[in-house]
Amino acid sequence: MSIFGRKKNHNPDEGRSETGTPGTAGAAGSSKAGRPASGTSPATGSLGLVQRHPDRDGRPILSFQDVSVTFNTEFGDVNAVKGVSFDIKPGEVVALVGESGSGKSVTSSTAMGLLPANASVTGTVMLGDREVTALDANGLRKIRGRHAAMVFQEPMTALNPVLTVGDQLTESLNVHGIAYGTEADRRAVELLEMVGIPDAQHRLKQYPHQFSGGQRQRIVIAMAISCSPEVIIADEPTTALDVTVQAEILELLRSLKDQLNTGILLITHNMGVVADMADRVCVMLRGELVESGEVHQVMQNPQHPYTERLLGSVPRLGAELTVSEPDTVTASQTTAVYAIEAQGLCIEYDHRGKKNRVVHDIDFTVAPGEILGLVGESGSGKSTIAKSVLGLLPVASGSLKIHGSDLTRLAGKEARALRKRIGVVFQDPAASLDPRFPIGDVITEPMVIHNVGNRQTRMERAYELLDAVKLPRSVVNRFPHELSGGQRQRISIARALTLDPEVLIADEPTSALDVSVQAAVLDMFAELQSRYEFACLFVSHDLAVVDMLAHRVLVLKDGRQVEQGPTQEVLHHPTQEYTKRLLSAAPVPDPDEQLTKRTERRQLLESLGERPY
Amino acid sequence: MSNEDGTPRNKPEYTPEENVRNGTGPSQTAVDMANLAEVEDAKLRQQTGKSYSQGQLVRRRFRNHKAAMISAVFLALIFILAFTSIGYAGIPGWWDKDYAAAGAVVNGGNPTLSLVPQWLGGQGIQWGEHPFGQDSTGKDYFALTMRGTQQSLIIALVVGIVSTVIGSVVGSLAGYFRGWIDAVLMRATDLVIVIPLLVLAAVLGQMSSGLGAGILPLALVLGLVTWTSLARLVRGEVLSLREKEFVAAAVAMGAKPGRVILRHLLPNTVGVIVVNATFAIAAAILLETSLSFLGFGVQPPDSSLGLLISQYQNAFTTRPWLFWWPGMFILAIALSVNFIGDGLRDAFDPRQGSRGKKRGIFGFSGRDKALNKTTGSTAGPGGKDVPGQPINGSGLGGLLGGSGIGNP
Repeated sequence: MSIFGRKKNHNPDEGRSETGTPGTAGAAGSSKAGRPASGTSPATGSLGLVQRHPDRDGRPILSFQDVSVTFNTEFGDVNAVKGVSFDIKPGEVVALVGESGSGKSVTSSTAMGLLPANASVTGTVMLGDREVTALDANGLRKIRGRHAAMVFQEPMTALNPVLTVGDQLTESLNVHGIAYGTEADRRAVELLEMVGIPDAQHRLKQYPHQFSGGQRQRIVIAMAISCSPEVIIADEPTTALDVTVQAEILELLRSLKDQLNTGILLITHNMGVVADMADRVCVMLRGELVESGEVHQVMQNPQHPYTERLLGSVPRLGAELTVSEPDTVTASQTTAVYAIEAQGLCIEYDHRGKKNRVVHDIDFTVAPGEILGLVGESGSGKSTIAKSVLGLLPVASGSLKIHGSDLTRLAGKEARALRKRIGVVFQDPAASLDPRFPIGDVITEPMVIHNVGNRQTRMERAYELLDAVKLPRSVVNRFPHELSGGQRQRISIARALTLDPEVLIADEPTSALDVSVQAAVLDMFAELQSRYEFACLFVSHDLAVVDMLAHRVLVLKDGRQVEQGPTQEVLHHPTQEYTKRLLSAAPVPDPDEQLTKRTERRQLLESLGERPY
Repeated sequence: MSNEDGTPRNKPEYTPEENVRNGTGPSQTAVDMANLAEVEDAKLRQQTGKSYSQGQLVRRRFRNHKAAMISAVFLALIFILAFTSIGYAGIPGWWDKDYAAAGAVVNGGNPTLSLVPQWLGGQGIQWGEHPFGQDSTGKDYFALTMRGTQQSLIIALVVGIVSTVIGSVVGSLAGYFRGWIDAVLMRATDLVIVIPLLVLAAVLGQMSSGLGAGILPLALVLGLVTWTSLARLVRGEVLSLREKEFVAAAVAMGAKPGRVILRHLLPNTVGVIVVNATFAIAAAILLETSLSFLGFGVQPPDSSLGLLISQYQNAFTTRPWLFWWPGMFILAIALSVNFIGDGLRDAFDPRQGSRGKKRGIFGFSGRDKALNKTTGSTAGPGGKDVPGQPINGSGLGGLLGGSGIGNP
């Protein structure tokens, strides 16, 4: 079986090396001769490990021709993709863009034959000269990994936690009969070096949890290129990563693509990533390809109104929403107090008696009516601070005052009275509403808890708030599972405002939403803020969102304060290196602008003596 | 987890055909179809159909579970038969013989019940004088069996309530507060678990029978020793639920622990609780039977199914009906309770069940089937009524979204 498989796999390679560049032909030859086990410089492909693919004379390597996918469900057929056609040439990055449910992932799955059994595909998908849609299970197995490979969204779940990284890297080499034993291990080391993981020999024996998120994604990429596929399908490869790591991963993908001449199908909802990576863009809406073309043309001069709207919804640095002006708190005003005042704030997590300090010595104030943006990457402690302001986590040292009184030191009744004045909006719209509560109960719950009003006045308040968040009044009898993510998040905001709080804590309120829904929710948020004039602690990893809303910004890194000040200064004229780095890593949805940004980022990193990926 | 069955994480924001299929007129034209947020809202405004709570969806799914529904009806019939035939607590029933009164043994105590009609060569369908026969002292075996069934059902009910209440209270307190409360409660649970259940129940049962007053003390005692597995399950469930954002939101609003546990946590664990309770009931019936069989449970002259079997085990070869009737009732009760538990589990967590011919892509078929059902029922026989349609549409969406094919 394996001999047969090998033979089959080798034939196209030989053909390829004949038509390919002389360098790769030599490499392929040396691979047959049994190459020496010396550590030749990696990332050049001189070992023939991962060859540069030929250009195919302008013929596409992956081509979709009028592809339609229908899911046969119990109550009829769902037409998820309706006749999509596009091509990917070797060395080209085609971005497939769209929002939830647009069918972009389904489309890409057809290229690997990864659709579930109840899907029926019409049209043809050609991978090189093979027709994927006509292959049986055995044939599909042979192309998967070998000719087309995938990079997944969530590196932690894409890697098996109980196998070493080395085992997982050598798996596909073994499966496709490319290398076994020590030979496979050696290749695995080279692959890891190629994707920029230092000390690869050593780290081969480590498990996925011993790597950081960005390194894990590098390993996933290494696995994808291990069998030298002609096409890589990257399904939201950077969505789960921080911006600075995202920039690194994109750099890595770009350099690999240039080295190997691989075609990349990039599926993403992030317009910045598209501008950064793509050569061509295909925009999908409800299973249809509404617009496709060269990246500059689509992103700078969109033809379809949907593309226009999609690009317009992307939050950009420099854009602004109207929010109310905060009351200033100065020494002369004796009556005014800060809505939130933190001094030397330290927060610890208790791990089986062992204290783990995650927030170190933070000072900040939020004046009444002011929005303070807490910005940082994952693990920076921004959500921890929000939780502690909510009184969900104790303060280890320092002081945290809300309207002059310390929530963590108050007991029972007083703490409850203080909490009446704080509202909260969480990140995950699926988890932040109790699935067993109808919407009316969800919104009025704060009033029930604090014994405010009677049934009738509570319902009146609920109606008023539903009007404010622009949802029909009839939803009071609906359940959270009947609403979409954006609608649920608006219900969350309505609930937070039920008792007219003076302080609102918003913990990444829009990061789980589609970009146009996010824009609608942000607009609404700004409108409500100017109407109710609450002070707000706005936690976000998205600098552009914070720039739109916040009056002042606090940048955090590893639980420490990096920079603090008015939004204009911090985000437009940063003084700290870390803030500059964050700003330079955030991609913008304009290919030219992004190119200058990328060059600037490279210069910044070079000036700091680092490599860009 | 039961609480998630109705909330697909990646619920797609709209389904392609819906707008076309619904044939909605004017409200649709005003909506900019390129704006996802507006499309969603328009869809919500159109939804005029009745909305279904999680509980209603569960009931619907349960009603679609054939084995469970048949079992429920069967159990209800047994219940009615047992309590109306010989009466209970002084209230007379329609069966004229007393389970404690001895009499003359007629025809060697053979059962007079006949189910074979005369035209098939039998004696015709009839109860006769002693349908289940008589025991060696001439007591009516039908009355005895009914008495035993009554006892078993009372045990089932009391044990079900007692063990469920104790188990959920202990489990939710331990899971919510953690720390030393958790440690104390869970070590207490471990203590009960490590002592063999039968030994513990036998000792306590013996002590309780000294109190008199019939079967209730025994039932309470059985409830006091069978709550442990539920406590652990509920604790586990609460531990995962308490990390959810809606719990954090309630706490941040100032809700007291009692409210969080009673209003947010326990309702979301109700699936685990109800399912486990039914299985605990089946186990308790068998436990009582074993105890009575061993002589530690119900004492004569009172009767129970287990006691009947134990008393007449030697008669198995000569007078098999003395063994078969109580045995069959035990089997029938335990089986139907188990099937009901099965149905409840499938109803609360449609993803877990093994039946279902076509399960959609990854799962929400149970919910969608239920939704589909409601569509059918609201739409009436013609099936053309509009109100049900949007629900149907969102069901389709749920299916797609659940598959993970809809993008985040």
